[in-house]
Amino acid sequence: MALLQISEPGQSTAPHQHKLAVGIDLGTTNSLVATVRSGQSTVLVDSDGHALLPSVVRYLPDGSIDVGYSAQAAQSLDPQNTIVSAKRFMGRGLKDIDVSMQPYHFVETKSASGEMLQIETRAGIKSPVEISAEILKALKVRAEKSFGLAKNSLELVGVVITVPAYFDDAQRQATKDAARLAGLNVLRLLNEPTAAAVAYGLDNGVEGTYVIYDLGGGTFDISILKLSKGVFEVLATNGDSALGGDDFDRRLFCWVLEQSKCSPLNANDTRLLLTKSREAKEWLTDHPSAQITSVLSTGELVNVTLNTKQFNELTQTLVAKTLTPTKKALRDASLSIEDINGVVMVGGATRMPQIRLAVAEFFKQTPLTNLDPDKVVALGAAIQANTLAGNKNDADLLLLDVIPLSLGLETMGGLVEKVIPRNSTLPIARAQEFTTFKDGQTAMSIHVLQGERDLVTDCRSLAKFELRSIPPMVAGAARIRVTFTVDADGLLSVSALETSTNIEASIVVKPSYGLSEEQMLAMLQSSFGAAESDKNARMLGEAKVEAQSLILAIHAALQQDSHLLIETERKAIEAQLHTLEQLNQGQDADAIHQATEALNIATEAFAAKRMDASVSRALAGKNLDSLEI
Amino acid sequence: MAITLTQTAATRVEKFLANRGKGIGLRLGVKTTGCSGMAYTLEFVDDMHPEDMAFDSHGVKVIVDPKSLAYIDGTELDFTKEGLNEGFKFNNPNVKDECGCGESFTV
Repeated sequence: MALLQISEPGQSTAPHQHKLAVGIDLGTTNSLVATVRSGQSTVLVDSDGHALLPSVVRYLPDGSIDVGYSAQAAQSLDPQNTIVSAKRFMGRGLKDIDVSMQPYHFVETKSASGEMLQIETRAGIKSPVEISAEILKALKVRAEKSFGLAKNSLELVGVVITVPAYFDDAQRQATKDAARLAGLNVLRLLNEPTAAAVAYGLDNGVEGTYVIYDLGGGTFDISILKLSKGVFEVLATNGDSALGGDDFDRRLFCWVLEQSKCSPLNANDTRLLLTKSREAKEWLTDHPSAQITSVLSTGELVNVTLNTKQFNELTQTLVAKTLTPTKKALRDASLSIEDINGVVMVGGATRMPQIRLAVAEFFKQTPLTNLDPDKVVALGAAIQANTLAGNKNDADLLLLDVIPLSLGLETMGGLVEKVIPRNSTLPIARAQEFTTFKDGQTAMSIHVLQGERDLVTDCRSLAKFELRSIPPMVAGAARIRVTFTVDADGLLSVSALETSTNIEASIVVKPSYGLSEEQMLAMLQSSFGAAESDKNARMLGEAKVEAQSLILAIHAALQQDSHLLIETERKAIEAQLHTLEQLNQGQDADAIHQATEALNIATEAFAAKRMDASVSRALAGKNLDSLEI
Repeated sequence: MAITLTQTAATRVEKFLANRGKGIGLRLGVKTTGCSGMAYTLEFVDDMHPEDMAFDSHGVKVIVDPKSLAYIDGTELDFTKEGLNEGFKFNNPNVKDECGCGESFTV
C-alpha cells in the first residue's frame, strides 16, 4: 500500500492528489534534489545512497546519455563528449567565456533570442540548456522513485530551482528552459543565498541582515541579504568565479610534489595525486594529521605526512582571497561587521576548520554550520517548493524575492529611464508614460535595459522592439504607456500602448545573451563608484536633448515663417542657432544649457509674430459668431 | 480500543515533531474520499478537540476523533521503506478491501 507522510493540521490531501514538490540545487559541480516529508526537509538519495549528483553529462557512442558519477569517471577518457560545469555556459555567448581553457568544440548559433554558445558532441550540437536538462531529468527520476510515483501514476506538482543571486535574465530564462525540457513545472526560481537562509529558518526569525558565505568546488559567492517583513532583499553580491575547494586540493597537490621531488607527472599520476590530496584535505577536517602515500606509474613512491598547522599555512592565502570580496560586498551595502545578524555557511569547502575560523574571526561571531553545507541550498528550495505547492497553512508567509538589477528603457540622448528599481519585490508590474520627440513621429523604438547606470552604454541591453502606427501628432502629444511586468521568477515582459488609439506592441524578454558573471558583478559595483560621473553624463544628455528639440523647432519655424522677420532679426536668430548647434556637438552641459536659454530668448519676438500671424490666418474671413470662444 | 505505533514509527514521529518545533501529537483519521470509499489522514496536532480520544504509544500522543476510531480501531501505524520511498503505513484490521494503491479502503 501507499506510504503516507504527516501533513499540517487540516492539510491532508485526498488520495492521488498529494501535492508533491521538490527543490533542486542545480550546481556548477554537483546538483541535489530535496523534498519536505512529514514537515522535514530532506535530501533525496539515489539507490547507492549518494545525495550529490555530479553535474556531469556524457554523450556515449551508443547514443545513450550518462549523468553523474559514471559520467564524471569518464571525464579524462572522453573529455570532448563529457560536459562538466555546463552552468557556467548557461545563457552565454562565445565572447563571454575563455574558450582556450575548455576541451570542448564550441559553436555559436544565432537565433531570435540572440547569439548563444553550443557544444559539438558526438551526439550532435548540444546547448547548455539541453545539457542542464539531462541533469534535471536524472534528478526528476530520482524524485519520482523516492515518492513511488511511477507505481501510483502520480506526478510532481512542481519544482523550485535555485540560481545564483547575480544570474541575469538570460541565465534565469535558460535555467527555466532547461526545466521545461526536462518536463518539470517550475514553481519558482529562487536565489541560492535566499534558499540557504530559508533552510536555516531565517525567514521565520528576527528581521535583520545576513551574510551567506558560499564556497563551492570551483566558485565563491558572498551575498548580503536583508530580511524585512518576510522578504529577502539582496543588498550586495560579490565573489570569485575561479576560487573554490578545488584550489585547496591543487595547493596541497603542489606541496606534495615539492616534498616528494617527483619527476614530471603524466595525466594519470596527476589525477591520482589530486584525488589523494582531496582525500587528505577532507581527512584533516576531523583529524590532526594526514598521510599521503601512493606509488606512481614511474615506480616512484610518494609518502608525505601533513598536519593541520602546515595545511593552514599552505592555504592561508586562499582563505584570505575569500575575505576580499566579502569586504567589497560589505562596502557596497554600506554595512559594517556590527550590522550583520548572522552568517550562513554554504558549500562543501566551508567544512574546513580554518575557513570557519577565519569567517568567525572576520565577522566576530560563530557562523551557522549545523546543516550540511552541501545540502543547505537544496533543503531551502524544498521548503519553498512545499509552500508554493500549497502544503502549508495560509498563515505561513510566502517568501518573496527581489529583482537584482533595475529595469528601464532608453530615452532620447542615450539615457536610461528606470521603470522598476532594483530590489523591488516580485512579482511586480509598473507602467510609465512616454511621449514622442518629433512632430509627426509615427513609430517609437522601445529599448529595454538592465543595470544601475544612467547611460545606455553602461547598461545591459535586454531587448528592442518598435511601436508602429502612432498617429502623426505634434511632439509631446502622443501618450505612450509602457508597462514592465516581472513574474515571480524574475522574468520580464514589456508592453507599449498608445493610449489615444489603443495601438499596442509587446515583447517577452528573451534577452540577447552576452554578459559574463564578472561583467554582471562589475556593473553592479561600478554604479556605486560612478554616481557623480553618471549624474554629469545625465545632465549633459538632457541638455543635448533639450537643445536638439529647440533647434528642430526653430528650423521648422524659419522654413515656414521666415518672411515675418526682417533681415537683421533673421540673421541674429540664425547666428544663435548656429552657436547652439556647434555647442551641441561638444560635451559642455552648462554652455549648451546657456545657449539654449539664449536662443529661447532671442526667438521670443519671432514666436509672438508667428502666433499673431497664425491667429489672423485662422480668423481671416470669419465673423465673430462663427468662432467658438 | 486502542491505536498503536511501532517503535520505528514512534521514533520518526518524535523526530518530526521536534523538527517542527510545535505540536502535541499525531492525528490519525479517515475521510470519505478516494476511489474505494475511505482514505486515511495523518496530521500533526496543535489543538485537541473536546471529543478527541487520545492514546499513548511509545511516548507519542496519538489522537483520533471518535468517528474515525470506528474505522481504524486496532490499527498499528508503522514506518517503512520501499526502495527509495519511505513513509507511514496503516495496518488496519478492519479493512475488507483496498484500492490498488492502498490509499483508500472499505470496511
